Amino acid sequence: MASSHGTPPVFNNKVIAWIDHRLPIFSYIEKEYHTFPTPRNFNYFWNFGAIATVMLVLMIATGVVLATNYTPHVLMAFDSVERIDRDVPQGWLIRDLHMNGASFFFIAVYVHIFRGMYYGSYKAPRELLWILGVVIFLLMMATAFMGYVLPWGQMSFWGATVITSLFSAIPVVGDSIVTWLWGGFSIGNPTLNRFYALHYLLPFIIVAVVALHVVALHVHGSNNPTGIDPKGPQDTVPFHPYYTMKDGFGVVVFLIVYSLVAFFGPDMLGDAANYIPADPLVTPTHIVPEWYFLPFYAILRAVPDKLGGVIAMFGAIAVLFVLPWLDTSRVRSSTFRPIYKWCMLLLVIDVVVLGFCGANPPAGFWIPLSQAATLYYFFHFLILLPVLGKIERPLPMPPSIADAVLKKKAG
Amino acid sequence: MRRLIVSGAIALAALVTGAGALIIGGGAIAAGTEAHPPKRSWHFQGPFGTYDRAAAQRGYQVYAEVCAACHSLSLLAYRNLMELGLTDNQVKGLIKDIVVPDLNDDGQPIERPARLSDSFRKPFPNMAAAAAANNGKAPPDLSVIVKAREGGANEIYALLTGYVPFDKLSPEQIKEFAVTKDDNFNTYFPGHKIAMPPPLADDKVTYADGTKATLGQQASDVTEFLAWASEPWMEDRKRTGVRVILFLLALAGLMYAVKRQVWSDKH
Repeated sequence: MASSHGTPPVFNNKVIAWIDHRLPIFSYIEKEYHTFPTPRNFNYFWNFGAIATVMLVLMIATGVVLATNYTPHVLMAFDSVERIDRDVPQGWLIRDLHMNGASFFFIAVYVHIFRGMYYGSYKAPRELLWILGVVIFLLMMATAFMGYVLPWGQMSFWGATVITSLFSAIPVVGDSIVTWLWGGFSIGNPTLNRFYALHYLLPFIIVAVVALHVVALHVHGSNNPTGIDPKGPQDTVPFHPYYTMKDGFGVVVFLIVYSLVAFFGPDMLGDAANYIPADPLVTPTHIVPEWYFLPFYAILRAVPDKLGGVIAMFGAIAVLFVLPWLDTSRVRSSTFRPIYKWCMLLLVIDVVVLGFCGANPPAGFWIPLSQAATLYYFFHFLILLPVLGKIERPLPMPPSIADAVLKKKAG
Repeated sequence: MRRLIVSGAIALAALVTGAGALIIGGGAIAAGTEAHPPKRSWHFQGPFGTYDRAAAQRGYQVYAEVCAACHSLSLLAYRNLMELGLTDNQVKGLIKDIVVPDLNDDGQPIERPARLSDSFRKPFPNMAAAAAANNGKAPPDLSVIVKAREGGANEIYALLTGYVPFDKLSPEQIKEFAVTKDDNFNTYFPGHKIAMPPPLADDKVTYADGTKATLGQQASDVTEFLAWASEPWMEDRKRTGVRVILFLLALAGLMYAVKRQVWSDKH
């Protein structure tokens, strides 16, 4: 089934040829994952799309196995999760990988998002590709939140209480919406059941949006560290074996870090209070979400008004949807944007600061700090990006990817 | 030149903000209000740590003779004790006097001798009964107590040994925490007033292996036991982890070599 670059594949295997003539999946794989021309100059940041895909598959695989052993009932959920750990053969391994897999899925996606922002991958003609990515991120957040509720520990219960209560900030219909979400007048068995159903459903919707994300990606191909479009065959390599190999190596390195945490500190990223069974009568001293939500949690609490906080938190994600139009610079890659490069670093620091703010109780200096960091977050997207694109003088760009690669090698 | 100055200023601001946040963050963590449990060395800590079987067996004795009067351990079955290096006959010997509730063939509630397959006997039939017998606060189940506390085993040990008798408290402490003669003061409990009276004292149990049953020894043994109860599969987890990491390291080496070979004509 060999084929050369650019020509339609010819399959020697009769069965494959028969199928492909009727349903061209093999041609598709050949075109999109073998000969697909890919910029030759990717750095290791470009691995994280593949890594995130591997994590998504791993989460679904472990999740389906967990679902066969889990009991979604308020009186039995906590014990059923413990039974998976204790009595299901290798159950602890599956739960451990799933629980920490969520964290590492978010790590992969956060690096992936950073890469997109640093190298301007969201700019024309890849705006829809970027927006689909933000949709995936939102779906992941919903899925992770509902998954965290399922063990029915104290943080599950109180986290669910805090987050679902946010909707009561909506004027007029807020309380009705909360009752509708809960399936009753308090968080109870109907809430747990619907969260379980949605936690199982949403990952498959994520798979569908990932498919659209990949289709959109393959229209114009990947961006690259220079942000310059490939101008010919000298600028690209076939996806296979060059990037299958490089992605494969990156995935394995990522799995090593993931395994270190999953096997030697499986509860490191979680909250101890979630090993206390949910108790509606005892509120934990401070309720914190999982680490990957902390920056958004800080933004929520930074605004003194409840509705304002909810708007700010959703606004923090909403600005990502319009990012392609907020950034007015015609240059994609930060490599050639001397000021924006530092602004990206500042934004990363700002988000980390917000994370610390979210982890600590909203008291003392944490309040002004989280407010300042929230302001800076919105300043970056709403003021800095539009203005900077107009005033920044980009560095001279190499004429092509090949030139950039060869110059780097010579220099 | 101007661009250089702007970039420099932004970079400096970034560094200062970052460093400041780290210092402030670290300071806030160090300045918590409750006493932090001192770090002890445990047989099960570290990437290769295992449970000290002898200590955990003694710890079971402390649990069975002291804690079990009020605290359930509902996620464990008696058969699990065999994982502590006991034979089934030894475990049968340990539980020979324990009776558990059941129903007879007529559907009537009875008590019968415990079997290996039974879950640990609960001291109270339900939470309400547990609360009623303990001044309104049901004693927590201990199955995952070590994982359910931020300080883990250190915190459990500190709590068990952290009681201060009323006459040893300073007047300031009595005033600040509104302690009365009937309260139990514990250095490591949030708010210091704890419903549980001091559970352990020197020679509360007599160890079969001749180990001297000091307060600290019993606390350390029962904590070892409870740590095991929280995660009986820990040793399996670490062993699996070592194999997985070694495999992935070898695989990463191979992948890197092949990747370099594949890319050799492009660099």
